[in-house]
Amino acid sequence: MNERPAVSIQGVSKHFKAGVTALSGIDLDVRPQEFISLIGPSGCGKSTLLRIIGDLIDPSEGVVEVNGKPASQARRDHDYGIVFQEAVLYDWRTVSKNIALPLELLRWGREKRTQRVNEMLRLVELEGFEDRRPWELSGGMQQRVAIARALSFDPSLLLMDEPFGALDEMTRERLNMELLRIWEASGSTIVFVTHSIAEAVFLSTRVVVMSPRPGQIADLVDIDLPYPRTAETREEPRFFELVTGVRERLAGRGAQVEPELLEDAT
Amino acid sequence: MTVALRRRVVDWGPPLLVFALGILSWQLLVVAFNVQEFLLPKPTEIARTLWDERSSLWHAGIYTFKEALGGFAIGSSLAILVALVFAAFRPFGTAFMPFAVAANAVPIIAFAPIMNNWFGLLNPFSKMAIAAVLCFFPVLINMLRGLTSVDPRAIELMRSYAAGQTSTFRRVRIPASLPHLFAGLKIASVLSMIGAIVGEYFGGPITALGVTILNASAYTNFSLAWAGIVVASAFGILFYSAVAFAERLTTSWDPSRRAFHGE
Repeated sequence: MNERPAVSIQGVSKHFKAGVTALSGIDLDVRPQEFISLIGPSGCGKSTLLRIIGDLIDPSEGVVEVNGKPASQARRDHDYGIVFQEAVLYDWRTVSKNIALPLELLRWGREKRTQRVNEMLRLVELEGFEDRRPWELSGGMQQRVAIARALSFDPSLLLMDEPFGALDEMTRERLNMELLRIWEASGSTIVFVTHSIAEAVFLSTRVVVMSPRPGQIADLVDIDLPYPRTAETREEPRFFELVTGVRERLAGRGAQVEPELLEDAT
Repeated sequence: MTVALRRRVVDWGPPLLVFALGILSWQLLVVAFNVQEFLLPKPTEIARTLWDERSSLWHAGIYTFKEALGGFAIGSSLAILVALVFAAFRPFGTAFMPFAVAANAVPIIAFAPIMNNWFGLLNPFSKMAIAAVLCFFPVLINMLRGLTSVDPRAIELMRSYAAGQTSTFRRVRIPASLPHLFAGLKIASVLSMIGAIVGEYFGGPITALGVTILNASAYTNFSLAWAGIVVASAFGILFYSAVAFAERLTTSWDPSRRAFHGE
């Protein structure tokens, strides 16, 4: 049973009404407790793939299984948490009530909820901000609340759609480090969509390089940097080799690589 | 002087000054150009009539305000219910909304005589009905916009928590719609006073404010007519302020409000 993939994607395609094929023939297994990044230029369908895994949209063809169950069942079983590029916090709720929202839906008792919320606040280092409103926090802090909320009910799978894409470089690097710490502490599997080669390499156990029109998997790159990864990891020769490798695979497929993809790595 | 008090003086001082100057120039212009009373009475004249007739004007104001309030309550709560149904069953909404938008553009006040026929001239419900119909559409349209213009990712998140439609409404759509709802309610509070008074212009009991204003101008008692208008305005402003106050209590979390107040 241990060898059962956390996510199993078989022959998934997605056509939109306008005749656009966003994804074509995607096969991918994500191992339990893996940190896997989907990277590729705009229009390569990486966000679409994430949404299909999360049962937010249906694939046109193919099957997605999460923990051996159809994605829709996994969703009903609260098997995954989602973090978007924007925090999407509920303005009418305080920070701690935002984190507690999924727990309310799971009908946890008040005491258990409070205890869990406090644990989460400690995990994302936001103690003392529990009674603040979301808009009183900086973008990075809001994103940490979103992560705490996604992890509050202990989902086995965390789906993240460019969660740090709107943040400045310094905040992004700090949150990268925090995310790795949280990932190691929680033991969950993470599927992470990003535009940034450096971010993908720094975080992941494997990087899925995608090419556009139609969205396909161009390559899989194993990232053999040892954990725990630190600020020094970013300065290791091996890190640069891997970044270069991913970049070449992105460019080598004739995909239109956006300038930002190339700049991010340096 | 405390900071809060000073801020209040800074906030309220200029508008109060403009008000006082406005009344003063009204008075001076009427005296200077010797304007006839039937065109425009002096503010002092209106003030004296207000004081002399305070008891009857007060009761007339209360009577009409009750009609407006009743109409507001009926119209707004129906509108909220219908908005919830339309938002929950989208096909309904898409089928009916064009008519609601069209109806909102109709001068509904034109139905006032019909309502008087339906429910009886002297029955306060005839005025409540016209006020209710006036309130219904702006509240419906605003509430529905609030319920349906929620960030789609907020809804997706609820879906990812396997939340049902009831939970999604209770925890996301309804709270998110409150600022829109109050925009509609504020419009409705003004419209309900208009509805009640115009309804009374087409006939009503002698104790009603609209009838008082109508009769006073028919019998060339213009300062009484103006005093009636002042009372109607006062009730209208008070009603609007009460709704705005309720809004501030329930949507203090709304960041757009905060930004507006420079906090």
